Amino acid sequence: MVSRLSFAGALARVFMWAFLLALVVVVVYPLLWMVLNGFKTNAELFGDPFALPVDWSFANYAKAWNRGVSGYLTTSVLVTVTSTVATVFVSAWAAYGLTRVDIPLNKVFTGLILGGLMLAPTVALVPLVKMFQSMGLYNSFWALLILYTAFRIPFTTFLIRAYMIDLPREVDEAAEMDGAGRWTAFWRIILPMCKPIITSVVLLQILFTWNEYLFAMVFTSGSGVQTLPVGLTSLMSKHGTEFPVVFAGMVIAAVPVVLLFLFGQRYIVKGLADGIGK
Amino acid sequence: MRAIIRLTWVVPALVLVGVFVYLPLVQNFGFSTLEWDIYSGSREYVGLDNYRKLLGDPVFWSSFGNNLLYAAISVAVQVFGALVLAALIESVRSERWRRGLRVVYFIPSAISLTVAGLLFYFLYEPNLGVLNHALEAAGLGHLAQAWLGQEDTAMLAVIAMSQWQGFGYSTLLFAVAIQRIPSEIYGAAAIDGTGPVRRFFSVTLPLVREMTGLMTMVTISGAFQVFNEVMVMTGGGPDNSTQVLGTWLYRSGFVRNDFGYAAAIATVLFVITLAVALAQLWVTSRRRVEW
Repeated sequence: MVSRLSFAGALARVFMWAFLLALVVVVVYPLLWMVLNGFKTNAELFGDPFALPVDWSFANYAKAWNRGVSGYLTTSVLVTVTSTVATVFVSAWAAYGLTRVDIPLNKVFTGLILGGLMLAPTVALVPLVKMFQSMGLYNSFWALLILYTAFRIPFTTFLIRAYMIDLPREVDEAAEMDGAGRWTAFWRIILPMCKPIITSVVLLQILFTWNEYLFAMVFTSGSGVQTLPVGLTSLMSKHGTEFPVVFAGMVIAAVPVVLLFLFGQRYIVKGLADGIGK
Repeated sequence: MRAIIRLTWVVPALVLVGVFVYLPLVQNFGFSTLEWDIYSGSREYVGLDNYRKLLGDPVFWSSFGNNLLYAAISVAVQVFGALVLAALIESVRSERWRRGLRVVYFIPSAISLTVAGLLFYFLYEPNLGVLNHALEAAGLGHLAQAWLGQEDTAMLAVIAMSQWQGFGYSTLLFAVAIQRIPSEIYGAAAIDGTGPVRRFFSVTLPLVREMTGLMTMVTISGAFQVFNEVMVMTGGGPDNSTQVLGTWLYRSGFVRNDFGYAAAIATVLFVITLAVALAQLWVTSRRRVEW
């Protein structure tokens, strides 16, 4: 009886491992295929899609780079850095005000800021286009910076606020005893104490901004202001027959965020888990 | 006076969210009652005409149906499938393997939907894509087809890509939820001689119920906001068969210049996503009462 049970158990484990490893292949193979195709020539690509590249030259990467990817990458980096700084500071100020400063109508303001979490960006699309056109910011870097900041403040404030609530009151009292004003207390004491959650929200904001497509596609058209996700589709439609160049562009867009995830996974996972159910 | 000075802490956030998140939402209701050509600039109040047009528009309904299909498949795969997968991963004894599997499965979620969408566009491509070649190699050549080029396979092909891209994200969150289950509970179940399958149904499932509820809401809400993957892979074609509410809104407003109609579609999206968000809020607040 016991041996039959353990045999069934062993068999179940074999099936489980077969399934888990098959899934690894399903995830990894397409990514590997993408990387390999970035090194192929068009003839190789159409000849045998399973084959390895004949010679590993970076010619496609150079072509992709010169055909616009350098510009898309620059825009992506600029928008990502500025919107991350803006989102995190504005959200941290708000979280500090909502949790540690006695402000009137606190509950109302908390509800208003966090309530933004419930609204889908798609819903605001038509009026936003109109608004940015009348402000003269349509098809500009500013449109993306403003939108990526405004639409991420609710989520970011939510996470930082939840963290600040748990910081002990004595911290503020100690700061007051030292004669520190609120501004100093925020910068010197509270913000440094929030470092773990700040790291999480910074990484999540980078992932979001780097990959965002809806706003980037609707609000930018010129090549000077397009980010990578939109730029890649332009690359595809402009040089559609030279697919290896497109693959090289895709790899350039994917590598930074994959590395970011691999190195920052502890903080990313923490932020995602708290963000969904705290 | 001092109270007003203290308000400066929250004013930047309030202004940004108010002007760019809430105000457009309110404006959208007004826009949806207009017949509005963006280029000629002509606007005319037409009451609920855009909503009437919506009810009679077959593409609106097929888009809505596609969102529903998207939601159903995503809930099956990315909520229930991911939950089972997370339980399997957490049953692995080696911590290194557990971590490795979680990380590998998550990688597609880190790359953008644009990259994933383009990648699958190529995988499905009949000439250079590996999918058809793999089917032929496996002796299933009769199944090889232009996956994104036919009305009856295109939507499912897009949805399949989306599952590939997103399952690791929910698996990761379920794994975190399972890790938070006190190990004594599993220990007690083991002493009772409960097998792994029983343990999943009688211990894991009830204890991650809240995460399951939240993931279901998030997944449904996401399925109704689908845009990127469809735009990149099919653009809504062939013959509007992969159109979803988001892309139909875009096409109506920005390609066919019917802004009022696009705003009406946005209102429908608003109602659906708000309802789901309120359900999510309800799930979270109920927990607070329980604990």
